[in-house]
Amino acid sequence: MTIHNLYIFSKTGMLLYYAEWNRLNKSGITKEEEAKLMYGMLFSIKSFVNKISPLDPKEGFLYYKTSKYTLHYFETPSSLKFVLNTDNASQNARELLQQLYREVYLEYVVKNPLCQLNEPIQSELFKIKVDELFKKSPLFLSRSL
Amino acid sequence: MSRTGTKLDAKKVNSELFTLTYGALVAQLIKDYENVEDVNKQLERMGYNIGIRLIEDFLARTGSGRCYDFRDTAEKIQSGFKIFLGITPSITNWSPAGDEFSLCFETNPLTEFVELPDNCSNLKYCNILTGVLRGACEMVQMEIACWFVQDQLKNDSVTELRVKFVKRLEDAIPAGED
Repeated sequence: MTIHNLYIFSKTGMLLYYAEWNRLNKSGITKEEEAKLMYGMLFSIKSFVNKISPLDPKEGFLYYKTSKYTLHYFETPSSLKFVLNTDNASQNARELLQQLYREVYLEYVVKNPLCQLNEPIQSELFKIKVDELFKKSPLFLSRSL
Repeated sequence: MSRTGTKLDAKKVNSELFTLTYGALVAQLIKDYENVEDVNKQLERMGYNIGIRLIEDFLARTGSGRCYDFRDTAEKIQSGFKIFLGITPSITNWSPAGDEFSLCFETNPLTEFVELPDNCSNLKYCNILTGVLRGACEMVQMEIACWFVQDQLKNDSVTELRVKFVKRLEDAIPAGED
């Protein structure tokens, strides 16, 4: 199991935070362009899922899977968007994202008055805590690459 | 800065400390602005800035999802008061259309030990709450308006906060490529 990378988007689609751990393939475009591309796709998938669902889409879009990786998506009611790429064996990545929201984003961004909510996160403490949380997660086993 | 104690169990503090800190804030604003209307406005603004952050705390703590209707919202607001102020206001006076309700406070930790002097009869002492509600709801795509109709500090029997649903805010679409 392994964790590839993480994106956090604000409600307006701005990339608040990006981190990567085991990413072998680079997109070949700048981080800004990549973020735009990613957000656009998520936005489309979300509306696609909501429109096409034959039943009432309660939770909406949760994840998608390719032959190589799984993209997990967690959106709070305040429209913060947490996106995590892992390999296909990883389970419960959603819980990890909720934990990230509860224990790291809330504690070190929301409760830090020096962190503006709609701007990319600069806080070193936040970076350290994100890294800590992911590295102690059972999903994080880099050697399986 | 050690924060090991703040996992998720809310740190309990004595409400009197909070009451007095808020009192000091209002007293300072009155000194700074001299005009009571400006103080009301300023309190609302400060509340708004608190609300837009407080909502994240609320969501993370309760794990609640989107509201399906405004009654649902009312109950969540009520539980928010329970979490952050330790009081449970009653929800009353629904408008027939279901887009307006009142929160009635029998007790209010903000107004303990408070009496309004005569020259402050227009002061909405708890106006910070209206800002908090507006800010918090705005972050979950809801525009509301909210104001005090009764106030125990002005010799009403209860404090009544009226909340009105204005409109749903739409999700932002991604910026165009061009």
